[in-house]
Amino acid sequence: MTEVTVLKEKGSDRLGSQEVLLNLGPQHPSTHGVLQLVLHLDGEIVERVSPNIGYLHRGTEKLAETFTYTQIIPLTDRLDYVCPPTSNQAFVLGVEKLLDIEAPERAQYIRVIMAELARISGHLLIVGALPMDLGAMTTLLYTMREREMIMDIMEMISGARMHTSFCRVGGVREDLPEGAIERILEFCDILPNRLIDYEKLVAKNRIFLKRTQNVGVVAPEDAIDIGLSGPNLRASGVDWDIRRDSPYEIYDRLEFKVIVRENGDCYDRWACRIDEMRECVKMIRQCIAQMKEGPFQIDIPTIAFPVDKELLGHSMETHIHHFELSAYGFKVPKGEVYVPIEAPKGELGYYMISDGSEKPTRFKVRAPSFVNLQALEFGTTNMKYLADVVAMLGSLDPVIAEVDK
Amino acid sequence: MKTPAFIDQILERFAGHVRDDGPGIDMYCISVGPDHIVALCQYLKEDPSLKFNFLSDLCGVDHYPEKDRYEVVYHLFSIPLQHRLRLKCRPQSETYGDAPSIPTVTGVWRTANWAERECYDMYGIEFSGHPNLLRIYMWEGFEGYPMRKDFPVKGYKDAYNPFGEEKRGGIPDD
Repeated sequence: MTEVTVLKEKGSDRLGSQEVLLNLGPQHPSTHGVLQLVLHLDGEIVERVSPNIGYLHRGTEKLAETFTYTQIIPLTDRLDYVCPPTSNQAFVLGVEKLLDIEAPERAQYIRVIMAELARISGHLLIVGALPMDLGAMTTLLYTMREREMIMDIMEMISGARMHTSFCRVGGVREDLPEGAIERILEFCDILPNRLIDYEKLVAKNRIFLKRTQNVGVVAPEDAIDIGLSGPNLRASGVDWDIRRDSPYEIYDRLEFKVIVRENGDCYDRWACRIDEMRECVKMIRQCIAQMKEGPFQIDIPTIAFPVDKELLGHSMETHIHHFELSAYGFKVPKGEVYVPIEAPKGELGYYMISDGSEKPTRFKVRAPSFVNLQALEFGTTNMKYLADVVAMLGSLDPVIAEVDK
Repeated sequence: MKTPAFIDQILERFAGHVRDDGPGIDMYCISVGPDHIVALCQYLKEDPSLKFNFLSDLCGVDHYPEKDRYEVVYHLFSIPLQHRLRLKCRPQSETYGDAPSIPTVTGVWRTANWAERECYDMYGIEFSGHPNLLRIYMWEGFEGYPMRKDFPVKGYKDAYNPFGEEKRGGIPDD
């Protein structure tokens, strides 16, 4: 699906050389979705990359203005479909801040466990997909095996494999089902050994190292200036993690190391994610150890459905609240809020303006993939050849659904 | 939310140009006119006690049917000092008609490049001095600005969109 256009003849100093315009995508396996890269090539040397996005634009923000707050939760799933629980979490945290409520402790633990599982599932995809983009198919098949285990856990907890929509304003939808914790712990036992396997498969592979080390280097000042966040920023040597520096939910009770690497090349961005998964496993274990029995939803009948469904048959008041909540949603006080969280891709936050009704008047997604993708257009050094563009794009880990909103 | 210490410093430095919007529920908020936006951003980024080196987000807001309906909201963050600030800029504009233009901040933070393009694409707010102000999500030649409040959710009816609304000329009904 490539189209070659000869742009112009160059000067006589380079005999026979022409600038060539090459379209990489929008239908190309290495672009991770429908992304078009217009490459200005001089032979195999890339002179300029201009990403062309918007093929997957669904108007999430416009749509959200017509939805009630509960209806928006499934919309946020569709942004970063590789790890939806973090998108849900960011949204409900924002609404809770507007309402000035806090979810019960158990709900917060459940959300964090889900978010960390999602982070592992998101990182597993990129850890496998980057070598695949560079020609090593094997790793992706192995990482998909572990990802499948997470999918099964998600299905067990929420009933859906991908679009979980499990968070609710003021808690989570249900308590963890019986046996879920055992399944999660079993997965935590398996994963660290498998990570060693991936490193054996890929990290010592000379072809992989040659194609990623010292390729697509982003300097720390550039990384901040472009707005990179998450693992992409930490790979460049900037020590900033929202989970540690401005903790939300129960992250202040967890002990974990923020993985920072120095070089900022494609290899570091890949390796950063491998190490981060190890920390995720530790965090999940701590959450499970600290978690206590208790309510999983806030007890405000105008915001959350009643936990005791029996009440619906007896109490008229509960019945009215249930009906109003399902039919019209809940009113949110006037105000504006932006609560950023550390999503697997970087800083994710929703800027919401409420006019006091059931629907937001403005809903803006600060999508980390959208910002990170800019690094492809400007800010990288050592992205010389066409093959390096593929490595750079793969290591930035954009999800096009989130880029295009 | 407590008032951060740096607010007085900013208000003093840009006395008369910066308005104090008070502490919000999540972060402090100030607003400034389009004439001083670039100077203020430069100051916020470079002053050693502020160091807002990270532009988290830049987005447009449409306050239809208010006067001066368009607003650009900047969310700033300082990685070394770990504080946040919301900055608003509201240029004068007519309720109906074209959106005004405001100076670009791409010279201060490069990340504003795509964010401003998105804002232009969705609201039609022009950023003067922007190096590459093209539509980013919608295709070239798309008519209208979809995130404006007077743009229908279903879009306008045309050959590709049979379920859209009929286009009406002039001032929309209230």
